[in-house]
Parts: sequence; structure tokens; C-alpha cells
Amino acid sequence: MNSNTRTAWLFVAPATIIMVVACLYPVISAVRLGFFEWSMGTPWSEARWSGWTSFQIAFTEPSVWRSLWTTLKFAAVSVSAEMVLGIALALALEANIRGMAFFRSLFILPMMVAPIAVGLTWRYLYDAQFGLINAVLGVFGVAAQAWLAEESLAFAAIIIADIWQWTPFVFIMVVAGLSNVDASVIEAARIDGARWWTTTMRIKLPMIADVLAITLVMRLIDAFRVLEVIYVLTFGGPGESTEVLSLHIYKTAFIGQKLGAASAISVLLLAVVMALTWLALRLSNPLKDSEGDR
Amino acid sequence: MKVPLAGMFRYGALSILGVLCIGPIAVMVLTSFKTQAQTFTPGLSFLFVPTLENYRDVIFDASFGRYLVNSLIVGVVATLLTLLLGCMAAYGMARFSFAGRKTLAYTTLMLRTVPLAVIAVPVFMIWSDWKLTNSLAGLILLYVAVNLPFTIWVLYGFVLQVPVELEEAAAIDGCRPWKVFLRIVLPLIRPGLAAAAIFTFRIAWNEFILALVLTDRSTRTLPVAAALYVTDIGVEWGKLMALATLIALPPLLFTFLAARQVISGLTAGAVKG
Repeated sequence: MNSNTRTAWLFVAPATIIMVVACLYPVISAVRLGFFEWSMGTPWSEARWSGWTSFQIAFTEPSVWRSLWTTLKFAAVSVSAEMVLGIALALALEANIRGMAFFRSLFILPMMVAPIAVGLTWRYLYDAQFGLINAVLGVFGVAAQAWLAEESLAFAAIIIADIWQWTPFVFIMVVAGLSNVDASVIEAARIDGARWWTTTMRIKLPMIADVLAITLVMRLIDAFRVLEVIYVLTFGGPGESTEVLSLHIYKTAFIGQKLGAASAISVLLLAVVMALTWLALRLSNPLKDSEGDR
Repeated sequence: MKVPLAGMFRYGALSILGVLCIGPIAVMVLTSFKTQAQTFTPGLSFLFVPTLENYRDVIFDASFGRYLVNSLIVGVVATLLTLLLGCMAAYGMARFSFAGRKTLAYTTLMLRTVPLAVIAVPVFMIWSDWKLTNSLAGLILLYVAVNLPFTIWVLYGFVLQVPVELEEAAAIDGCRPWKVFLRIVLPLIRPGLAAAAIFTFRIAWNEFILALVLTDRSTRTLPVAAALYVTDIGVEWGKLMALATLIALPPLLFTFLAARQVISGLTAGAVKG
């Protein structure tokens, strides 16, 4: 490894400057804003130091706790469903058969569609009168539901849309992990008389435990960041039943004009996501190299 | 020793999953070719005479052209800049040891997952200060910054796979570090550049919340236009789905053209390719 510090910084400086100015600085500002009283449109010089007041107000606000609870429920339900489905499907279908590449490219399509387009499409699918979901349920004799107008159904609706979009991610990750498992180990177990269930539970899954862990954490991080699909699908409603933290921050800041409060909630969300990210880095650090950390 | 039945089951199951994945996308596309009256018919009907009137209405709308151009400029410029800066940084971090390298690496990784809602408020404030709101440059700067961590992450892995011996040989032949980078490393990490390009373009093209906060009538991008469309015209599903289809199209095309690169981007850092 080259140790010419000047040349090295010439390579990394441009990216570093942009990231510090336009990403790190805003993140630090988000935290700092929580300690000031400032209204949008007025110069920053008129901002007043307000200490912990915004945090105290934000965390006594029932809507903040409700939104945190909604986010936790959303993350727990959607991510566990995606993990179970994704792992089960990957185990059942992983065999390297002809045409697998084609199917894999079908499965990644939902993730690539713009969240806005996903939200709009599902809004149409959930439509109480002419949506496809009610039509399909009708075939099985289920009465038409007002999906986006009832609290528990709306919550189910955002979870179903998320499961549709992200289960394929778990599937792709697990298939990629399984393809690295040494086939001779599985073969040896089979010759020793191990059944499919035993090889899967005792050998395959433990061998890809690190891939499963990082997939879980990556999904959790994204579930806590979720915003755009819900913005279009329900805008947090009905009531506040689908108002996740990101959406609550947006509404508090840009509709309620309460910047201090919005920043205080931002700090909460940031703390959760950064804790998960730190965990992800412990599990799998892509910038680690063979020479170890210096 | 494969039982044909098991194979049939696999293909059957894969096809059902494929249909489930495509289903909502197909509804979006089909609906975009329906008349207003047909979109209000319950259930799924494939039997209809397709109409292009939704696309005509959307595309010939006075401001669609502007939004499309905005989206293209932002998407393409942000992608090119992110790739350029990202591959330089990835090379610097993979091949040089220097003071601050570890701090830089960890900061970069932590920035990758910052929720965009968290930076929306401060960015609005800072960009107003710097007179960058309502300008495409402001949006591009932001997209480059939020995409760099992922791009560096992906490309770092690709740079590590380039045999160091090749670079050392070139250096012995008198190649300066820049030449080694341009002539040897860049051509070898092309698949990584493709993956990073697709992901960066996808984010810049699809992103909604920051674009909503930072743009006005003249600098709006397509996703913002689509979201505002709902409130403006209510539920004209044909037009909405036509607009959604147009927004969804470029990333879907890339996925079909370069599915392998997309998958290598998705699994980057977690699974050794």
C-alpha cells in the first residue's frame, strides 16, 4: 500500500469536501437546530438559543410517541414478514436452474420503481370501488373493504406494499449467500443421511448467518427511513395511523412550521438509524481490508 | 439426479412469484392505456382498446417538458459527478494509507444511511442561505453528496479486486499514480462503475422528498410533479398511471439491460461476489 499522503488526499479530497459540505454539515445542523428557536424564512441571526426546550416539548407530545410506535410496528411486522418469506422462498428455489437469471431480474423490478410510482399504483390497487385488491378478494367471497379509510386496514396496506417491494431483496441476498456455500459440505451431510430439513437448519442457514444478519439490519435501517411510498399512499392517515417518524418530521417542519420540534424528532430517528448502522458495520464492514485496520 | 416433478414445481413457483412482482407494475402500465371510463371499471380487464390519450395529455401538458428536462439534467449530471468523485475516492482509500483514512472511511459509511427526512429541514435552511434553493445545481449538489457513500462503498470492493501487481508494474515502468488510475484501474472496475451508475441514477431520478422541499415551479422534477398532480387534478387514474409509467421506465430499462450489475450493487459489501 502506497503511503504518499499528498497524492492520496488529491484522490479523496473532492469527494470528501462534497460529503462534508452537503451531507455531514446538514446532519450536524439537524442536531444543532433542535437547540434553537427559529422560524422558516427569517434570517438565522434571529434564531434564539432555547436549550433542551424543544426536546422536552417534543417528547411530551403524544403524537411523537404514537409516530415512534407506528414506525416500530411497521419495521417489526414488515421486516419479519420479508425475512421469513424471502428466506423460505430462497431455500425452496435456490437451485441453479436454467432461467434463474431471468427470474432474478423480474424480482428486482419492484425495488427499482420510483417510490412515488409505487405509492400511486398501490393507491389505485387499494381503491375501495374499482381497485384490483377488492376485486380479487371478491372472487373469494370477501366483502369490499375501504382499505385506505380505516386505520388498521391502512396500516396493513402500507405493510403489504412494503412486503411486495422488499421481499425480493431478502430473496436475492439469501440466494447470493447460499451460492457461496460449499456444495461438497451439503453433499457430505446428505451422504451421512441428513434430511433436507436438517441440512437446511444445521448447515445451510448457520453457514450464511452473517449474510442473514446484515440483510436483517439493512432492511431495518430502510424500514426506519421509510417515507415516500407512505407519503403518496396515505399521507399518514387516516388519523395518524400510518404516520411514521420520517413523515411526522416532514409534517412538523413544513406544514406545522415547528422547526425546533422537527429537529428534536430528527435526533431521535437519527439515533435509531445510526445505532443500527453501527451494528451493520460491526457485522460486515466493506471498507475493511486484508491488511487490517491501521 | 433431479426428479422432473421437483423441477416443474420450481418453475411453477418461480412463475407465480414473477407474476406477483410484475402484477402491480402491469396494472400501472395497463391502466395508463385506458380511458377515464375504463379506469373506473372494477377488477382487472385485459380486453380493451388501448388509447394513447393519457400519454398525449400528460406529455403535451405545458410543463411536462420542463419537468422531464429537469429530471434528466439532475439525474445525468448527478450520476456523472458522483461516479467521477466516487471512483477517485474509492481508489485513494483502497490503495493509499494516509492520516485520517479510518475516520474518513467510517464517516462515509455512517452517512450512507442518514434518513433524508432528517436532512430535509437543515438542507432547506442552508440552501436558502447559500441561494441554492429552486436551482438544479442545488439539487445536484445534494444528490452527489448523498450518493457518494454508496458509490465509494461499491467501488472500493471492485478496486480491491484489481491485482496490485498490475499497478506496481505500471509504476515501475514510470507511470504516475494518475496514469495508473486512469489506464489500469478504471478499465478494470467498469462493472462496478455500471452498478454504481445505475444506483445513483435511480436515486437521483426517483427521489421525491428533497426535491419537493428544494424546487419550485420551474425547477420541479417528475416525481414531485406526479405527487402534486394528485392534489391538482384528483384521481384521473389514466393520466396518473401514464405519468407513473414514464417515471418508472428508465430504471426498469436499466434493470433489464444490466440485471447482473444491479444485483452486484444490491449485495455489495454483504456477499462476496
